[in-house]
Parts: sequence; C-alpha cells; structure tokens
Amino acid sequence: MKYMLLLYADPAKEPTPGTPEFDAYIQEFFTVGERTKGIATFLAGDGLQPVETATSLRLRNGKRETMDGPFAETREHLGGFYLIDAPDLDAALAYAAEIPVARLGTVEVRPVMEY
Amino acid sequence: MTSEQALDLCLRTDRGRLVAALASRLGDVQRAEDALQEAAASALIHWSRGIPARPDAWLLRAAYRKAIDGIRRDGTSRRHAQAMAILATDEAALDDRPDIPDDRLRLIFACCHPALDPKSRTALTLRVVCGLTTPEIARAFLDTEPTMGQRLSRAKAKIGAARIPFSIPGPEDWPARLDTVLATLYLIFTTGYAAGPSEPRDLCAEAIFLARLLAALRPDEAEIEGALALMLFTDARRAARIGPDGASLPPAAQDRRLWNPDSIAEGHRLLDMALSRRAPGPYQIKAAIAACQMADPAPDWPQIAALYTRLMDFEPTPVIRLNRAVALAETGHLPSALAELSDLAALLQDYQPFHAAHGALLARAGRIRDSHAAYDRALALTTSPADAAFLGKARAALPHPQAD
Repeated sequence: MKYMLLLYADPAKEPTPGTPEFDAYIQEFFTVGERTKGIATFLAGDGLQPVETATSLRLRNGKRETMDGPFAETREHLGGFYLIDAPDLDAALAYAAEIPVARLGTVEVRPVMEY
Repeated sequence: MTSEQALDLCLRTDRGRLVAALASRLGDVQRAEDALQEAAASALIHWSRGIPARPDAWLLRAAYRKAIDGIRRDGTSRRHAQAMAILATDEAALDDRPDIPDDRLRLIFACCHPALDPKSRTALTLRVVCGLTTPEIARAFLDTEPTMGQRLSRAKAKIGAARIPFSIPGPEDWPARLDTVLATLYLIFTTGYAAGPSEPRDLCAEAIFLARLLAALRPDEAEIEGALALMLFTDARRAARIGPDGASLPPAAQDRRLWNPDSIAEGHRLLDMALSRRAPGPYQIKAAIAACQMADPAPDWPQIAALYTRLMDFEPTPVIRLNRAVALAETGHLPSALAELSDLAALLQDYQPFHAAHGALLARAGRIRDSHAAYDRALALTTSPADAAFLGKARAALPHPQAD
C-alpha cells in the first residue's frame, strides 16, 4: 500500500544552510532509505522551496483567484514529502520515524487512495 | 434447544473470537461484523432444521462466504483481491481444522493502536472485543448514540483505510504498544468505577475480563498481571467505598467486611507472580500500593511512600508527587509533605483531590482557616455527590476558624 508522508516543520527550528549541522541534517534525509531497508520502499520524494515561494490558486465562478502564500497560515510549513510503499501503517510509521523532520516538527502519514 | 437459543449461546461465548478471526483476515472490522451479522441471520433459518455439531465453525464458514460475496459486490481493487485470495485458502482449510485460531490478541492490538485516539480505542475495544452495543457504550461514556456511532465508524474506517495491522508488535515496539493496550483497559475500568455498577454491562467487569483474556493470550507478562491485580484490588473495595450516609470513604476508613476476599486473594496471587518475574513496571507498583492500602489492620504507609518514590521513576507526574506527599504525611513527615504540596499548587490548581488532600493536611497542621479554604475549593471542583458528601463532612468537622 502507498503512503504519502508530509513533512511539516517550523523553518526557524531547522538548521541554517551553510552550517555543519545543516549538512548532517540533509545527509540524514538521504540515508532514510538505507535505515529502513526491508520495512518500506521509497517511491518518490523531494524537499520544497520555502513557503514564501508558494502561490495558491482557486477557481471561483470560472475565474482564477491567485494568492501569494500557502493555503493555510501555520507556524509549521509543508517542507517536503516522501511517497513510499509499505505493507501496513506500522511499517509506514517506522519509516516516518527515521525522517529527521519527525524530531523537529511533524510527519503526517496519509494512505494514498486506491482505485 | 431452539436455533435462537443455540445462536444466542454461540454468539455470547464465541463472538469475540469469531470477529477476531474474520477481522484479522479481512483487515477490516466493519466487514467482519457485517459478515458475522449476515451469517447469524442465515443460521436462524438453517439451524431450525438441525443445529450443527460445531455452531462456531458453522458461523465462521458462513461469515467467510458472506464476506467473499460482499467483497465481490464492492469491486476488485488490489486490496480486495488480496483479501479474497486469503479468504479462499482459509475457507478451504476450515474443514481440516475444527479449532478456530484465537486472533483476539491481534484484534486487541488493532483496536488499541496509537493511531486511534484514546477514547476511540476504549469504545472500539468494548464494541469489537467485548460485544457491547453502541447504545451501551454511549451511555457508559455519557455520549449520545449518534456521536458514539460516528466515533466507532470513523475508527473502523481508519483501521481499514490506513491499514492498521492486525498483528502482535515485535519486541522493539512491544513495551510501548502493551502500555497503550493496558492504558485502554484501565480507562475502561476507571470509567466503570466512576459510573458505579448501575449499568447493565458493568465496565469494571469488562475491563477485568479483557485483562484476564490478555493474561491468558500472553502469559508471563508481569505488567499484564500487575494491571489485572490492580483492577482486582480496586474492584474488591467497590461495595465499601461509599458509607451508609452516602459519603465516599478512603480505604483506611472502609468496612473491611464488605471487601471481596476472593478478588483480594487473586490479586495477591497475581502480584506475587508478577513481582517474581523481576520486570518492574508502573502497574505492578500501583497494584502493590493498592495492596498496602488494604494491609491488615491498617495501611502500610512507609511502604506506600517508598512505592510512590519508585513509581516516580516511571511516571514523574504531579499527581504521583501528590500521592507520595500524602503517604509521607501519614508517616509523620507533615512539614515536608506540606512543602511539597505548596510546590504542586500551581500545577494541580484544578485537581479536586489536590485540594481535598491539602485541606486534610492543613487541618492536621492546625491551619484551620487555610484548611477551610482548601475544602471550599475541593467542593467547588467536585462532580460526584459522594465526594461532595465526604468533603462536606470533613469541612464540618474542622474546629471553628477562630481557634487558629
């Protein structure tokens, strides 16, 4: 079964780019797969550019409304995602626990709709 | 025996096992319940021509077929195809295996999964494992029936949609997951204890049933035995906890002749066994505290204080600190107990037992005016008539404030 792991964190709490802490932090993202071998399979994933770059769009009465910024104003921003294949929720949660964002913010685990 | 009686009997004794066997294979509690319901309906028709030798196996086989029909009706997603394959193999194997495997431990771990909120865990466990009806559960939790119905269906839907596994956690996750299960059982117990035995399905009895089941399915687990012992000790005092005047009584003031000696003996047996395993945990310590409170002829306060200190290693909470302070006061350390309560005042300002204990300790220290104020605060916070009667009596027994 596929699960989407949505990574939410307060950017102020994340290490600053250019510091050794930041490099170690990023390195941890790249090794999640190795640390979860046999638990779940990585399908896709990426980090997102900061929330300041977000544009939200909706169609109302056929007209486009675009807004500067994210859909919801919160302290913790959606900063990245993983799409994984896991046998069940426990395996997906075990994978999520290896993502460094889990320590600083929140990883939301959502099953992907099956058709 | 009529077919209705046979069905009744079979469902009363085997419902939990049947739902567990179905749910763990289907990965879906709702579908398991529906299939069993449909199987029961056809049992009423078929059994009138003769009750099968193994009614439980008959029901399980019929429910499997109903489930397969249901899955066919609902379409052919990948998940359903998997369930179908498992079901077909299982159904074929049923004839060779008259004993239904007991999957209730898996079912309990699914119902008490940390991905469900705590109240849903208790409701779902009562519904699915104990077979309580939605109206019965709603009454126990003082909810309306539609609200409880929604809560139950949301929880069942999440188990299916998020694929919460029907599996027994591995050694790495076992302590935390077992703790979640025991907390769920204990919440069921305390909800029943607070409500009193007026309900048709007594939640204390259900929680004890579940703890016994857990102990039977997973023997040699010290914390399960500890939790069961704790419930038995507490339940043993049930008839004595409210005096003839309707006021609640602390264990030390209760009429011991009203305590249930069988429950106490079983509690001691379990606790001794648990302690011999040398795997200490909070439930064993709480059970030991309950046993010390019931020591003959009076509570063993030094031991209780020592046990609370040990409990702090597992649960360093303000409530445990409060209880330890009360035990310390009973062993003659009134000033340090009062100092500890001062430290806790801000953390427990809305906790009724804090103010009740504070009132009692202040009275003992001769601070009558402060004691009055503490009892007033406790009375304002209490929701139980029996506790209100106890606090009212304690306040009325204080000397006149002018005596300060």
